[in-house]
Amino acid sequence: MRTTGRGTRAARSRWRPAMTAVAAFVLLVVVWELVKLVVPDDGVSIAGTRVLPRTSDAAMPHVWTVLGRLSDPEVAGAAQQRSIGAAVLSGALFTLRLSLGGLLLGGVLGVLLAVVMQRSGLLERALLPYVVASQTVPLIAIAPLVAGWGGKIAVFGQPWQPWASVMVIAAYLAFFPIAVGMLRGLTSPRTADVELFGALACGWWTTLVRLRLPASVPYLIPSARLAAAAAVIGAIVAEISTGTRGGIGRLIIEYAQAATGDPARVYTAILGAAVLGLVAAWAVGLLDLALRRYQGVAR
Amino acid sequence: MNAVELTGVGKTFDTGARGPVHALSGIELRVEPGEFVSLIGPSGCGKSTLLRVVADLEQPSCGSVVVGGKSARQARLDQDYGIAFQQAGLLEWRTVVANVELPLHVHGVAKAERRARAAELLALVGLAEFAALRPSQLSGGMQQRVAIARSLATRPKLLLMDEPFGALDEMTRERMQAELLRIADETGAAVLFVTHSIPEAVVLSDRVVVMSPRPGRITDVIDGRRPRSGSGPAGRGVDGALPDSALPDSALPDSALPDSVLADEDVDGVRESAEFFAAVTEVREALRKGSA
Repeated sequence: MRTTGRGTRAARSRWRPAMTAVAAFVLLVVVWELVKLVVPDDGVSIAGTRVLPRTSDAAMPHVWTVLGRLSDPEVAGAAQQRSIGAAVLSGALFTLRLSLGGLLLGGVLGVLLAVVMQRSGLLERALLPYVVASQTVPLIAIAPLVAGWGGKIAVFGQPWQPWASVMVIAAYLAFFPIAVGMLRGLTSPRTADVELFGALACGWWTTLVRLRLPASVPYLIPSARLAAAAAVIGAIVAEISTGTRGGIGRLIIEYAQAATGDPARVYTAILGAAVLGLVAAWAVGLLDLALRRYQGVAR
Repeated sequence: MNAVELTGVGKTFDTGARGPVHALSGIELRVEPGEFVSLIGPSGCGKSTLLRVVADLEQPSCGSVVVGGKSARQARLDQDYGIAFQQAGLLEWRTVVANVELPLHVHGVAKAERRARAAELLALVGLAEFAALRPSQLSGGMQQRVAIARSLATRPKLLLMDEPFGALDEMTRERMQAELLRIADETGAAVLFVTHSIPEAVVLSDRVVVMSPRPGRITDVIDGRRPRSGSGPAGRGVDGALPDSALPDSALPDSALPDSVLADEDVDGVRESAEFFAAVTEVREALRKGSA
């Protein structure tokens, strides 16, 4: 039977990525420790140029040191004890919320832009160059600009919050792949399909909802993956360049400043950022799963 | 009232630098209700363009197009015709039954009603048991049957078909022809059918309209050999079941009396008759004369 065949395949394909992910992590740990074991503390230099990095505990802490650091208190002897792990977790959650918010905001903006550009060739020619140009402007230049909105504008009576700047910047990076991918998807139906909808006396809206949007799902999903990654990077960089507190970006900066004394600490923040990216990718995986039936045979 | 009435229809495509192309010129054509008319001719003779003009997918440069007493545009807006193309054009994210429902769905027919109608149509084309599958799980011939079922969803009095069997193998094609004839018989719909197969045109049609290119025009109209129900040999069982039929019994609507059902033998009989070959020869000579 076709259905049962597909069922077991689906079950297998659901577990295989998880197993692969665990195996990849174990491999990474093994390679890390192996490099530490084999390469001398001072790295390897050929004719005065270092070709392999230092592997001293200051440059490359042991994996267990990094993991162990998670349970250490963030500030030694402080009245309110919080472990580094808890700090990283709360920072990652903060940034995750802003990333996903940015992804959602950018996604809506990207889809709307794509729909507008599909609707009108004139608007496509007018808008597309700016859409592309928007991504060549350095984030570092835009971040202070957006952060400067604080105190100058209010949304629905609420004053502009620093976290809103971070979300807007994440959205700024996320909308681009979505807009480009969706535009490609919306124009993907064959002429014959579009004509069929014409023959069925469907207006633009019905054709959009019943033909163009479903047909663009196979293009949306890879775009959304790119956008999710871009939103996470955007949020972290935005936190750093706007000096927003509470997120993993700020934590990376704070811990990096302490890197000479406590090298393992900065790795805990990097670990948090990596896990954050994985969770964001997983969120897109949920979207993928929800829209599975539209991902039929690509034509 | 004629199903289609074309008077002095011409169509000129402006291709810019290469000058205007006269796709159609001085087309006069009447299709009566329930009549099966084929358009045949070499590539570029404008037969598809003519069909598209009737469907209001293309605007004529001159002349008048009346479809069921209305303008082509109004007929399209009122869903007075059903249409099928060479590619079945089924939407992969919809199940087979949902594809058949599409014309009703986009016009807001309630779910229960459209589901019932789609089930009825799938039974008509012998695909009732495949309703829940995806289009890609069906063979090419089955997909085309789904497309035909879809074109019938709004109970049109006119079917427009642009080489719907063009991509099918010969055996499937013959079976589909018999099936289309039966459907046309049962629904009483007029059919305007574009093809470049002479035997196909002859076996299906009441009239075969022969066209020639540059400019696309009608050069001849020849009587086809469309079999009508009851005209064939009485070789059916007492219970009305169709022996050796391509269709499961469930494909027969309850309302259809066995006597009124067009059997595959009727169609096969035509294909082997001397009149059929005579008509094929006649169409072939008309085509040759037109392109000379």
